[in-house]
Amino acid sequence: MAGMNMIQAINSAQDVMLQKDSAVVIFGEDVGYFGGVFNCTEGLQEKYGVQRVFDTPIAEGGIIALAIGMGVNGMRPVTEIQFSDYIYPAFDQIVSEASRLRYRSGGDFWAPITIRTPCGGGIRGGQTHSQSPEGIFTHVSGIKTIMASNPYDAKGLLISAIEDDDPVIFFEPKRLYNGPFYGDPEQPSQSWESHEKGEVPEGYYTTPIGKAFTVRSGADLTIVTYGTMVHVSLAAAELSGYDVEVIDLRTLTPLDIDHIATSVCRTGRCVVVHEATKTGGFGAEVLSQIQEECFWKLEAPIKRVAGWDIPYPHAFEWEYFPGQSRVLDAIKIVMES
Amino acid sequence: MVPDRGKKLNVPAPRHRPGEKPEFDNLDIPDAGTVPRPDVMMDPKEMFTYANRLIRVLGRDNKAVGEWNPALSAADMRKGLYDMMTTRIYDDRMQNMQRVGKMSFYIKSRGEEAVAVAQAMALDKKDMLFPSYRQQGLLISRGRDLLDMMNHCLSNSKDNCKGRQLPVMYTWAAGNFFSISGNLGTQFCQAVGWAVASALKGEDALAATWIGEGTTATADFHHGMTFAAVYNAPAILNVVNNQWAISSFQGIAGGEKASFASRGIGYGMPGLRVDGNDFLAVYAVTKWAAERARNGGGPTIIEHFTYRADAHSTSDDPTKYRPEHEPEAWPLGDPIDRLKSHLIEIDEWSEVRHLEAIEEITALVTAKYKEAESYGTLNSGDRPEVSSMFEDVFKEQPEHLRRQYQSLQSLIPDLGA
Repeated sequence: MAGMNMIQAINSAQDVMLQKDSAVVIFGEDVGYFGGVFNCTEGLQEKYGVQRVFDTPIAEGGIIALAIGMGVNGMRPVTEIQFSDYIYPAFDQIVSEASRLRYRSGGDFWAPITIRTPCGGGIRGGQTHSQSPEGIFTHVSGIKTIMASNPYDAKGLLISAIEDDDPVIFFEPKRLYNGPFYGDPEQPSQSWESHEKGEVPEGYYTTPIGKAFTVRSGADLTIVTYGTMVHVSLAAAELSGYDVEVIDLRTLTPLDIDHIATSVCRTGRCVVVHEATKTGGFGAEVLSQIQEECFWKLEAPIKRVAGWDIPYPHAFEWEYFPGQSRVLDAIKIVMES
Repeated sequence: MVPDRGKKLNVPAPRHRPGEKPEFDNLDIPDAGTVPRPDVMMDPKEMFTYANRLIRVLGRDNKAVGEWNPALSAADMRKGLYDMMTTRIYDDRMQNMQRVGKMSFYIKSRGEEAVAVAQAMALDKKDMLFPSYRQQGLLISRGRDLLDMMNHCLSNSKDNCKGRQLPVMYTWAAGNFFSISGNLGTQFCQAVGWAVASALKGEDALAATWIGEGTTATADFHHGMTFAAVYNAPAILNVVNNQWAISSFQGIAGGEKASFASRGIGYGMPGLRVDGNDFLAVYAVTKWAAERARNGGGPTIIEHFTYRADAHSTSDDPTKYRPEHEPEAWPLGDPIDRLKSHLIEIDEWSEVRHLEAIEEITALVTAKYKEAESYGTLNSGDRPEVSSMFEDVFKEQPEHLRRQYQSLQSLIPDLGA
C-alpha cells in the first residue's frame, strides 16, 4: 500500500496495465512528454516509450475514431479527453460507433476502449472547464459510465475499465484530484493523505464495474450520489442530525439498482444528489428506478439536489455548486414530510 | 498480446526538449522582399508557391522592401507599434494580477502581437472578427476601452459577460468582435457562416477568423475550409502557427509534412504564408486577402509563422516541455522590436520616444486597472447580480429557472430579492 492522491492512483492504474498487457496504449492531447495537463500520465512515456504513450492532434473525434480502429485491430486503447467539456466533437464516434459496434455487427466487431476525462467544477474553470456531462452518455446504450470518488476506487475501477471488452467512459471529478472536497471553498484544502481511501495498493487489483458502495450506514434516509458529491453528502449527513445512509454509485451504467433499492426500501426516504444540471440528469433515472422498486416502502417523495439548469457560471461557481446547505435542506424536507 | 515489432509508429518529436540547446537552423527563411506579390484575383491553382514560401517585408537591416511593402504612413506604423506595446503591457499587468489572485486565469499574446494588431488595421471596422483567445490586440487596435477588458477579466460588476466566462473570453458586439468560446476551433466555420450571410445580403463586409496551428486538426477546420471554398465566402481564415499547442509542437498537428497555408490547395483556396512577426508583411497579406474577398474572389487561408513566446496560459509551465531559452532563439525576432527598429531606421521614432511611450502606456494601464478594481474582482468587492446567473439562458426566463432562483434565495437569505 502507498499513500496516493487521485492523480497518482490513475497514473498507477495505467502504469500497471501498460506493464501487464502489451496491447494497452495511451494517447490524447498533451499526455506524452508533458504527462497530461493534470499529470495523470506523468512519466509513462518515459517509462514505456512513444510507441505506447503518445500525443495526438487536437481532434477528439479523431482520438476516439483512432481508438476504435486500433481496438478492432487487437489493441486496448486508453484515451484521454483533456476536459469532459471537450468531448462533444467525439460525440458521434462514441454514440453512433463505439457504443453500437458490437450490436450492429452481430458481435463480430468490438472495440475495448477506455475514455478517461476530467469533469466537474469547483476549480474556477468557467463554462468550458466545469461540466458534468455524464447524463448525456448514460442515455446511450452500449457504453459503460463510471465516476470514481476516491483514489482507491479510481485505480481499481480504471483497471477494470481497461480490461473490460466494452467501451467505458471514465469520468474523473477534477475537484477531487488532490483531496476530498466537502463543498465549502472557504475551508482549507484537504489532502488524500489522511483519508482511508488514499491508501492504495501499488500493484494490480480491480474494483468491480456495476457495483455501488455504501460509504455511510444509516437508518433514516438514503442519499444516492457519486463523484464529488459523495463527500459533500457525507458532510451534510454529519451535520443533519439524522441517521443518514450514503451510497456512492461508482458506476452509473449499468446501475446497481438492487443495492440502492435494498437501502431505500429499508429507510423509506431518499435524496439523489449530483453536480450536473437537474433536468434530464442521471438523477432522474435513479429516481425513476427507485420509484419502480420501492414505491410501497417510501415514506416521502424523493428529492433531487443538482446543479441549476444553466451553464456553469464562472463568477457564481459557489452559488451554482450544490453544496452542503442544499443537501441539508433536501434532507430536512424529506425527513419532515 | 501484441508482438513487439520495433519502432514502426511515427510519433513526431520537437528538435529540442528542456535542457537542450534550441536551434532553428533547419528553417528556410527567405530574405525580405524576395516573394513576389501576385494579382489579388490569381487562380489558386497557380499559387502553390505562396503557401510554401515566407512573405517578409522587414529585413534584417530594418528596411521595408519588396512588392509586399504596404508603404504605410509613419503615423499608421506608429499606431501599430503603440497598439502592440499596449497589448504587451496590458498582458503583463493582467498576468501579474492573476498571480496575486485577482482573477482566475489569463492568457498572454507575447510574441504574436503583430498578427492581431496588423490585421485589425488592415481590415475595415465593419468586418466581423471571430478570434481565438490570443488576439486581444484586435480589441486594442479597434479602440476598445482597456477598462472594459479589465472589468471582464476581473468578473466584476461591470463585466459585460456578467461573470459567466473565463477571463480573456471577450465579447464586444459594438466592435464587431464575436464572443470567444473557450472550445477550440468552433468559430472557424461560424465565421464562414457570417461571411455567407454578408454575401447573401449583398453587403461588402467580410469575416476574419483565427485558430492556432494545433486546431487545424479539428473537424471544425475542415468544415470551415470546405464551406468557405464551396460558397466562395468572403472570409479570411487565419492559422496562427505559433509552434506550440500547450505542450505539443506543431509537428503533432502535421506541420512537418506540409505548411499550414498549403492546406488551402486541396480546397481550391489560395494560401499565403507570412512572417507573423513582421508587422508590415502581416498587414500586406491581410490587405491582399481582403481585397480578393471584396472583389468576389472568395476566401484565403493565411498561415502566420510566429512563436508563442510565453506559456500557453497561467495554467502551464513551458519550461517543462521546451528549452527555457527557446523564445530568445526564435530566428524571426520580436514583432515590437522589429517595427520599432524600422521606424527608427527611417527617422520616425527614437529610443527616447519609445521609452516615453512605455511610460505613458504603463501609466494608462495602471490607472485603468485601479478603476477596474474599484468595480470588484473575482474574489472581492462588487460583482454582477446573483440573479443574473439565471438570465440569458433563454430570451425569456422560463418558470423552472425562476423557481430555481427562488430556491437559491431561500437558502442564502442575505442574497436579497
